[in-house]
Amino acid sequence: MAATKQRPLSPHLTIWRWGPHMAVSILHRLTGAALSIAGLAILTWWLVAISQGPDAFAQFTKLASHPVGLVVLIGLTWAFFQHLLSGIRHLVMDTGAAFELGINKTFAILTIVGSIAVTAALWVYVLEFRP
Amino acid sequence: MSLGDSATPLGKVRGLGSAREGGEHWLTERVTSIALLFLGTWLIASLLLLPSLDQRTLLEWLSAPSGAVPMALLVIIGFRHALDGMKVVVDDYVHVEGNRVALNTLLLFLAVGGGALALFALARIAFGGAA
Repeated sequence: MAATKQRPLSPHLTIWRWGPHMAVSILHRLTGAALSIAGLAILTWWLVAISQGPDAFAQFTKLASHPVGLVVLIGLTWAFFQHLLSGIRHLVMDTGAAFELGINKTFAILTIVGSIAVTAALWVYVLEFRP
Repeated sequence: MSLGDSATPLGKVRGLGSAREGGEHWLTERVTSIALLFLGTWLIASLLLLPSLDQRTLLEWLSAPSGAVPMALLVIIGFRHALDGMKVVVDDYVHVEGNRVALNTLLLFLAVGGGALALFALARIAFGGAA
């Protein structure tokens, strides 16, 4: 291997024009990390609070129903549905399907539209209509 | 993922990839994701269908096998999937080997510790030690 001339390297993230598929791919990791850290921490804290009795649980409810707590819970709900829908997209792509540009882009956009729609519907129901 | 002793060296590398391991990890991530598709949907549907979300109602719900068993599975599989997913993110973005090993070890401890805490709380709820 005497040749030392500069060979072309695979371009990194910054050089590509952003599209829905790239955004959804990054969102899959971000939402996964958020669910892993904040989501599981809150789930564990919630179970511990239930096990400790009404007083500990009242503490949990107080923080969860605070505006900041609500924003976190709504955010995690969206993260859950975004990760779920884009996870389904990845399972489909694992079979080798849906790599064509058109359907790939449509599928990516659908995961975002779907996650926002389901999250909005769920929280409007919880905050406005749940008895 | 064993190919048996009959596989040629080339066949082994083709089956396992240049990293020689990871096939199991990759598959586990997919299988746990399918389980969580059901368990996550179950959790959200249950929270919407319960008559109320106060401590007494939740305690009753998680004391019955129909609540405790899926919740235990959600905790175990959820922490496992989170650990597998976070490992992929750490392996991709943390390039210094020492940092990568340290972070992966920390995540393993957090996942096992968090999962154990959540399961203990759940056991306390289910087996009547809770208030």
